[in-house]
Amino acid sequence: MDALMHVAPFVASPFAGYVYPNETILPWGVLIVIYPYITGLVAGAFIVSSLSHTFRIARFEPVSRLALLSAFAFLCFAPTPLLSHLGHPERAFEAIWTAHWSSAFAAFGYVAGFYFILLSMEVWFAFRADIVALAQRTQGVLGRFYRVLTLGSYDVSERALAYDRKWMKVLAALGIPAAVGLHGYVGFVFGSLKSREWWSSDLMPIIFLLSAVVSGVAALVVIYVVSSKVRKTAIDEDCLTGLAWVLWSFLLVTMVVEGLEYVEMFYRSIEGIGEIRRLIAGPIWAGLTIQALFSLLPFAVLSVLLARRVRGRALVGWMTSCSVLVMMAVLAMRWNVVIGGQELSKTAKGVLTFTPPLWGLEGVAWALTLFALSFVYLWVLTRLLPPWEQAAVGAPVRR
Amino acid sequence: MTRRNAMKTQPAVSDRRGFLRSCAKTLAAAAVLFGAFAGRSLSAIAKAAAAARAAFPATGPIPGYDWTKHRWAFGVDATKCIGCLRCAEACKVENHVPFNPHEFRTWVERYVYLEGEEKPHVDSQDDPGDVAAAGTPLNYRFDDRYRNAKVEKAFFVPKLCNHCENPPCVQVCPVGATYKTPDGVVLIDKNYCIGCRYCVQACPYGARYFNEDTHTADKCTWCYHRITKGLNPACVEACPAGARIFGDLDDAASPINEFIRSHPVRVLKPWTGNGPHVYYNGIDSEVS
Repeated sequence: MDALMHVAPFVASPFAGYVYPNETILPWGVLIVIYPYITGLVAGAFIVSSLSHTFRIARFEPVSRLALLSAFAFLCFAPTPLLSHLGHPERAFEAIWTAHWSSAFAAFGYVAGFYFILLSMEVWFAFRADIVALAQRTQGVLGRFYRVLTLGSYDVSERALAYDRKWMKVLAALGIPAAVGLHGYVGFVFGSLKSREWWSSDLMPIIFLLSAVVSGVAALVVIYVVSSKVRKTAIDEDCLTGLAWVLWSFLLVTMVVEGLEYVEMFYRSIEGIGEIRRLIAGPIWAGLTIQALFSLLPFAVLSVLLARRVRGRALVGWMTSCSVLVMMAVLAMRWNVVIGGQELSKTAKGVLTFTPPLWGLEGVAWALTLFALSFVYLWVLTRLLPPWEQAAVGAPVRR
Repeated sequence: MTRRNAMKTQPAVSDRRGFLRSCAKTLAAAAVLFGAFAGRSLSAIAKAAAAARAAFPATGPIPGYDWTKHRWAFGVDATKCIGCLRCAEACKVENHVPFNPHEFRTWVERYVYLEGEEKPHVDSQDDPGDVAAAGTPLNYRFDDRYRNAKVEKAFFVPKLCNHCENPPCVQVCPVGATYKTPDGVVLIDKNYCIGCRYCVQACPYGARYFNEDTHTADKCTWCYHRITKGLNPACVEACPAGARIFGDLDDAASPINEFIRSHPVRVLKPWTGNGPHVYYNGIDSEVS
């Protein structure tokens, strides 16, 4: 018996009640938990940059370019867990060249690809003046890199910069439906499956989208605070308070919608509710507790911060703590959805308990590595294109 | 004068023209590249279509077998199944299904109602107790856990892919590696499957699994390699009780038509709208 258990890295056992034999191996493991999580960070970070670029909310100016770079870094890494997960990653592009359009998965390449082009363009316009300056003062390979990056455009006159701003505004405006679409779509991948009781819900795209924004804004707060500490620069408190407002409001709506989902499920109590109770009390108990506690607690703290107009070190400290907790809550939510959905058997007669392996392609270590790599990549990007302040080129500082 | 200085001293307008010109050049290059790619793809698609037409005549790709002339269906008579699991063993051997208790093209469920209880106890051959009873991964058997229990009612239910009319697994495949043949069988092209496992998620019957040997999705084919040669699927052949019935709905004399005509049959999870093609006799509403 033991000899048989090594066949797959994600054997889910023990199980209670009756589950179909093929269900004892979970099709999707931790990589598919981390995939919607990273994608979600894109949406949140992007919304903040759009608030600055499109809606001209000046208080988000200090983080607008950092947010843009963060969104770009996370988007570049969003497909990596999917790719690692495929049985035949070498055939991945078949989903683009020979897409089977009735599949919700087939659109991923196109949706993400469109968004990637859009974000790349926006990053280019946002950093064009810097790229020109860097191209002019950097030597060697790096200098050549910047000169290629200028795409031959060295004009940094006020007129040209105004032109850039116009483009950025349009791109950021286009980016909002793209970001919303990308993440709503990820929710649809799960919500549209009638085979899984735990996923099959019309609210799924909305829940995914809202929680995505929450996690992305929280990630941005952490990135902003940590980078400011490392660079020993002052943290803009107006900006941080603004982010607190965004986090607070999205967190509120997310919690209400998620709460409604549960209330509705238990109020209806259709067949299989017993197994759902068993799932909640058993396999995903810890995940749900983290999700609920780490949402409610930061929500309460944020409410106090905003009501009392807390400033200074207290604001920074509490905001960072809240953001870390919220990021963990959303990660737990992804686990509860992706893994929880598979732990609830399609037989409606049993539940499974899944413990992910630590090592291997489907292991926790690799999933965390991919997640960490997206931050390393962001760090490299900030070295190449410092988002903190406009480079001095003699050109007027934007806005 | 260095390039950098030239940049600085040039009037802005000419620089903008230069920029626009290089933009136009880049766009033109991209268009040419895209055109070349699209042209190549289109000609490749046209070639592939022509090759497919040549390889797959209207009667299908298998010589001597016309897939437009059949409409296969499967019957399960639970009143006859004795739970011997020879079908599950035959299937594993016939179709090279990995010998472990997590991957099955077909399996048998045991429903046992004990005295005074409303809900059945259900298990199948992958249950740890049953695996232990078999003692070897090459054989399956149900253990005797109910030997001293007061059993009110019990029956066995063979399960397999339902080869649905509207298969959700086919719907969700991002590359079209899984498809429905004109004779009503849902198949997987393991040379094309990317191994995303979305189809495994989408099947409400748990009929699909991820084959750890081929790294692709896998499931029952009704032994397509046999039925297209006029043979029965291996599980039907192996069943000593006649609990598994297979045949052609287009043939009035076929065993499946006789079975459907003479029994009050039902399908599993009809509410999914999938239109399953495995017809059951002798099961109750607890079976799903």
